[in-house]
This record gives sequence, C-alpha cells and structure tokens, in this order.
Amino acid sequence: MQSIKAALARASKRWGEALRTAFPFVVVGALWEVAARLQIFPARLFPSLESIAAAFVRLTISGVLPHHAADTVLRLIVGFALAASIGVATGVAMGRSRLAEDLALPLVSMAAPIPGIAYAPLFLLWFGPGNISAVLLVGFASAFPIILNTWTGVKAVKDVWLRSALALGADGRRLFHEVILPGALPYILTGLRLGFAQAWRILVGVEMLAAVSWGLGWMIFGAREFLNTDVMLAGVAVIGMIGLTLEKLVFKPIEDFTVVRWGMMT
Amino acid sequence: MSTFADHTRSIRRAAVSLFLAAAAYESIARSGVFPPSLLPSLVAVAGALVDGVLDGSLPAHALATLYRVLMGVGLAIAFGLPLGILMGRFRPVESFFLPLASALMPIPSLAWVPVFILWLGLGNATAIGIVLYAALFPLLLNAWSGVRAVDPLWLRAGSAMGADERALFWKVILPGAFPFVIAGLRQAFLRAWIAVVGAEMLAASDWGLGWIIFDAKEFLRADVMLASLAVIGMIGFAFERLIFGSLERVTVLRWGMVRTAKR
Repeated sequence: MQSIKAALARASKRWGEALRTAFPFVVVGALWEVAARLQIFPARLFPSLESIAAAFVRLTISGVLPHHAADTVLRLIVGFALAASIGVATGVAMGRSRLAEDLALPLVSMAAPIPGIAYAPLFLLWFGPGNISAVLLVGFASAFPIILNTWTGVKAVKDVWLRSALALGADGRRLFHEVILPGALPYILTGLRLGFAQAWRILVGVEMLAAVSWGLGWMIFGAREFLNTDVMLAGVAVIGMIGLTLEKLVFKPIEDFTVVRWGMMT
Repeated sequence: MSTFADHTRSIRRAAVSLFLAAAAYESIARSGVFPPSLLPSLVAVAGALVDGVLDGSLPAHALATLYRVLMGVGLAIAFGLPLGILMGRFRPVESFFLPLASALMPIPSLAWVPVFILWLGLGNATAIGIVLYAALFPLLLNAWSGVRAVDPLWLRAGSAMGADERALFWKVILPGAFPFVIAGLRQAFLRAWIAVVGAEMLAASDWGLGWIIFDAKEFLRADVMLASLAVIGMIGFAFERLIFGSLERVTVLRWGMVRTAKR
C-alpha cells in the first residue's frame, strides 16, 4: 500500500514537472497561433503552427528532410572529428614541449579571435564551393578551443603526480596514458564541448554560403527564394532538436562515464 | 630571475615562429605554384590594408559592423540582464522562461538569417536581430546563475545590518552576480562577432567587414579578404583585452572578487 502511494506520488510529481515544462511552450504556441490566424502579418511570412507541422510531416515522409539532416550531421561529425584529432594532438604537443608551445602559441592566438565564418569566402576561393570547403572550415574553426583547452589541461597536470608516477617506475608511454591523459581530461572534454558547440554554430551558416547540394542550412536558405516560411521554420525546429539531442546524448554520457567516475568532477 | 629568462625566451621564440610562418607563406606565395589572386603575397595584403585604410573604406566598413554589434549586444543587455535577474530572484519567472531559453539556445543564430531576411528585409535590422539573438542567451543564463550563486550568507548579513530590499539588490545581489555577468558579456560578444560576420555575408547590405570579405570573393581579391580578416581579428582582440579587461579591473577586481572572477 505504502509503496503504491509512493509510486503514485512520484508519478504525479513527474507529471507535474512535465506540465510545468510544457506550460511556457503552450503559451507561446497559442500566442503564435493567434497572431498567425489574425493575419497580423502576411500568412506567407508568418505561417500557422499547423502549416509548419504539415510542412515538417510532408518533408519527412518524402525523405527530403531526413536527407538534409543526415548530410548536416555527417558534415558536423567529419569536421569535428578532424578538429578533435588535430586539436588534441596539437594541444598535447604544446603542453608537453616547450619548443612546440613557443612556436605554435603565437599562431594559434592570432588566428583564434577571428570568427570561423569570416574565413568562409577564403576557403571557398581556395577549395571551391561544396563539401570539402564546408568540412574543412568547420574543422578549422572548432579546432581552436580544443587546442587551447588541451594545452591548458596538460599544463595543469600536477607535477607531484608526474614525479610520483616516475618514482613508481612508469615509462613515458604509461606516464602519458595513465597520468597525463586522465589528468588533462576534464579540460580536454571542456575543449571538445566548446569546439563542438562552435562547429555546430557555424556549420549552418557555412552550408548557406558554400552552396552544398544537401544540408539543413541550405534547405532553409533555399526556401527563402520561394517564400516557403513554413519549410524554413520546420528546418529551424529540426536544427534545434538536433542541437539539443547532441548535447544531451553525446556529451553528458561521456562526462558521466569518465571524469565523474574517476572522481575528478562532480 | 629564471621566470624572466623564460619570458624573454618565449618572446624570442614567438617572434621566430611568426617570422618562420610569414617566410614560409611568402615563399609559397611567390613560388607561383598557386595563382597570386588566390594566394597573394604578404606585401600585397599589406598594400590592400593600407589602401583600404587610406581611402576610408575599411574604417567605414568596420564602423558599420561595430554599429551592428553594439546595437545588438546593447539590446541583448537591455532584455537579457533584467530578465536573467528576475529569473534568478523569482521562481515563477524562472520556470516559465528557462524551458524556452533552453529550447531556443541550441539553434545557431545563423539558422535564423533567412527567416529574419524575410521578416525584416535585407540590411541593418536583420543583422542587428541576429546579433541580438546570438548575444541574448549567454547574458540571460549568466545573469540567472550569477544571481543564484550569490551567497545566502551575504543576503542574511545584509538584512541583519538593516538593508531593505532595494539596498540589498543594489549593494549585494548585483555586485555579487557581476563576475558572472562579465563572463556572460564576454561570451555574448564572441558570439555576436560570429553572428554579425555571418549575417553580413548572407544578408548582403553593401557595408560591413563580413560583406567586403564575401564581396571580394566575386572579384578574386584574396588580398582584400586577408586584409579584412586582419581588421576583424584586431577589433576582436582590442575588445577582449581593452574593454573587458578594464571593465573587470574597475569592477570585480576592485571589489576584491578576483577569485570568483577567475573561476
């Protein structure tokens, strides 16, 4: 009896929470719908939620929207993988070797403050419009936070840990794998997270500029020509969902599995 | 003493590194492997920079960009800070706006460019709107967590010493949240900078640093592009170092909250 009551209380609490989260969306949705139905703005530019949902369903069933989304995600993954591998390697080298640090740091700190998207026309000029430019640009722009955070993390590994590992007989390889890498991991993860956010933030813009044939950015930008505001807003909603999913599914679990488990962060 | 020697060695090596990079670039550019219109020599880039500054076009473009950034960030401060503070102080406000903010935040500001173009037309309004969107969320969320991070002990001490609600707000909560607000401002500015360049490229409006970079592509003027990139980098660097650095110095550092500010 008691447990049923507790379960009920828990369920109602969860429902209450879900309702509280849903409430603002219902309010904003209702306001939107009222504004759209009253035709305060032309319906072409300010479609009702119903027509946005209809556009979403239509494009999903015909397979156009999934194709655009898949290409965007693929580009994001390839670009980010490029940035992660090069960024972590460069950062570790800079953190471990004084020479690498002195040589690379001035170049990195000169290029880092320029927003990645500003390089877009240059990349288009060098590598031509299309996929290669888009992926390289995303990789280039998201590498900087990864490099800088990895570098800081490797430098932040406590000297005592290194010395005690050496005294316990660790060779260079084990020192790297079992002390330096875990020690720097919270910083590296922060860098990866920042880099990923950076990649995500500019990818959509890059797709608009680079004239790729598929991709959500391109879909939104192309829809502008035909005043398909419903398609555009459906695309923006999908972009938001992908962003939220990536954040929740990719980075939270990694963090929980590694640094939190090792007791380096709570 | 050794730190001083380290320091000079670092500077010397930095100079060597920059020199080597410049020399490598210059030799590739001069070798003629790539056409000079795509890979101009540094002399040509410097020439484009000087030309642009002398005929007044680069400063005018830079001013147009700065105007959009400052307007957008200013509006974001005007909306984001009060709302963030209200969210930190009052539960109902928080539970209404937080889900909305977390749903909108993962949408990159540039995704809204085509929508804003249709709604607001090409030009300043769209660019400022995009900057506002980009800068709003860092400010909002940082103000919110800043207010929540104010030590309850300070609040109790403040009221025990006879501070009313008003004094408590101005003398305790606001300064207490300030390190977070500055962090939010920094982040907002970084995002605004990305957003303005992208918006200027996509919502072509004849003026702005993003627009000349994009326009230079049509004429294969890589030298103009690189010169404008240098200007963008310099403005970003100046903002980060001069404005935020001194803002931090006259506020949180002076109030003795260095550690909080550094975190």
